[in-house]
Amino acid sequence: MDLSKATFWGYKRENGRIGVRNHVIILPVDDLSNAAAEAVAHNIKGTLALPHPYGRLQFGADLDLHFRTLIGTGANPNVAAVVVICIEEGWAKKVADGIAATGKPVAYFGIEQHGDHDTIMRASKKAKEFVQWASELRREERPLKDLWVSTKCGESDTTSGCGANPTVGNAFDKMYPHGVTMVFGETTELTGGEHLVAARCRTDEVRKKFQFMFDRYQAVVEAHKTSDLSDSQPTKGNIEGGLTTIEEKALGNIQKIGRKCMVDGVLDKAEAPTGPGLWFMDSSSAAAEMVTLVAAAGYVVHFFPTGQGNVIGNPILPVIKLCANPRTVRTMSEHIDVDVSGLLRKEMSPDQAGDALLECMFRTANGRLTAAEALGHREFVLTRLYESA
Amino acid sequence: MIHFVVHDENDSVGVVVVEGVKAGATLTGWIMDQDKEITFKAANDIPIGHKLAIKPLAKGDTVIKYGTDIGRVVAPIGLGEHAHVHNIKTKRW
Repeated sequence: MDLSKATFWGYKRENGRIGVRNHVIILPVDDLSNAAAEAVAHNIKGTLALPHPYGRLQFGADLDLHFRTLIGTGANPNVAAVVVICIEEGWAKKVADGIAATGKPVAYFGIEQHGDHDTIMRASKKAKEFVQWASELRREERPLKDLWVSTKCGESDTTSGCGANPTVGNAFDKMYPHGVTMVFGETTELTGGEHLVAARCRTDEVRKKFQFMFDRYQAVVEAHKTSDLSDSQPTKGNIEGGLTTIEEKALGNIQKIGRKCMVDGVLDKAEAPTGPGLWFMDSSSAAAEMVTLVAAAGYVVHFFPTGQGNVIGNPILPVIKLCANPRTVRTMSEHIDVDVSGLLRKEMSPDQAGDALLECMFRTANGRLTAAEALGHREFVLTRLYESA
Repeated sequence: MIHFVVHDENDSVGVVVVEGVKAGATLTGWIMDQDKEITFKAANDIPIGHKLAIKPLAKGDTVIKYGTDIGRVVAPIGLGEHAHVHNIKTKRW
């Protein structure tokens, strides 16, 4: 596929970033605000609440990550406008101010001294205004380089490593020369193949930063493991699918970064990249956590290869699923956007598989709903670093 | 018809990519990196996605897949036998 003149249709946001969805979200800062946020989303059609279980008595780096993830989610260009609700008005304002730096419409509400009823009423009025405003925004044609694409695989099996993941790698290799901004992560799932990623880092500085992130995560595993992690990494699903060791899983995982892309930079969790190229994000390998983090970093389309059939979606980031396992494609077809099982029958070349994924990416970017969107998968899972105070 | 795939010709294992492989079946394998075909007899029933040994592996040997170390052999694995968690363990963690 010649991508030199490739374009897609997206929403240009106030800060110049391009989104492919036009969500108005109702964002609770903490668990206590979920009820009000969901009530507002129920009142005002076309808005979306993002409930989650955290936000109370977090501190230090864990609290910083909480704010960075919420602000990043609201700032994502797939989001047109945001209503923030918090039990305390001060923190609602903090999150709203962070999102407002993008220039998009934001309003915030505190529940204390108002109660749920009054908060829901005031927030609903604002949400109605936002959603009617957003409904008149129009897509415009944009060059491929304006698209930010993330990847993370899940419920992997051995077909992931020989089919679905190399398909993502093929698509990444094709997009890389065109200045697309891309990311991969899953720090512990590189175990056994970390030297291959290190060898792909563009500079010594990037390599050092990558190795630091990798070693730090290994130390976390060493400090907390009670066995060899063989029930967690690989997971029961991975083992059922034929993956035997973390090394085997990691080597399959790394196929997603292709054969030509260089690793241009390293990101902390939910941190936005500062330029085009392929970035590594230090992150959990749990699907919904990682996808939530890359959505908060500003990515607008996600490639999710699966083997045994992970069903994940995200509220604001369209998750495109591809699969090479013929049994999964047969038994879970409603979840699969791109069937690349032909690769393993030699009926499809890696190039054809990569092109099929890119074609689905353009259609998705232009507005086609992914399987996960149509099925209502909206997993929004915040990463926690340690206990609350 | 392809029954199993191998990433690299130096690998010790291949991955079964069809359902219902029974012991005694003759399997055609595709070595992807070198684009070659090989034939093997399955020594066990092997589920889709699971591996068979294409090199004889003794206890303590390193298992190679993608041309890279994926773990150590903890029980001997004969040609065409099912290679998985019962005879291979991680070298990490």
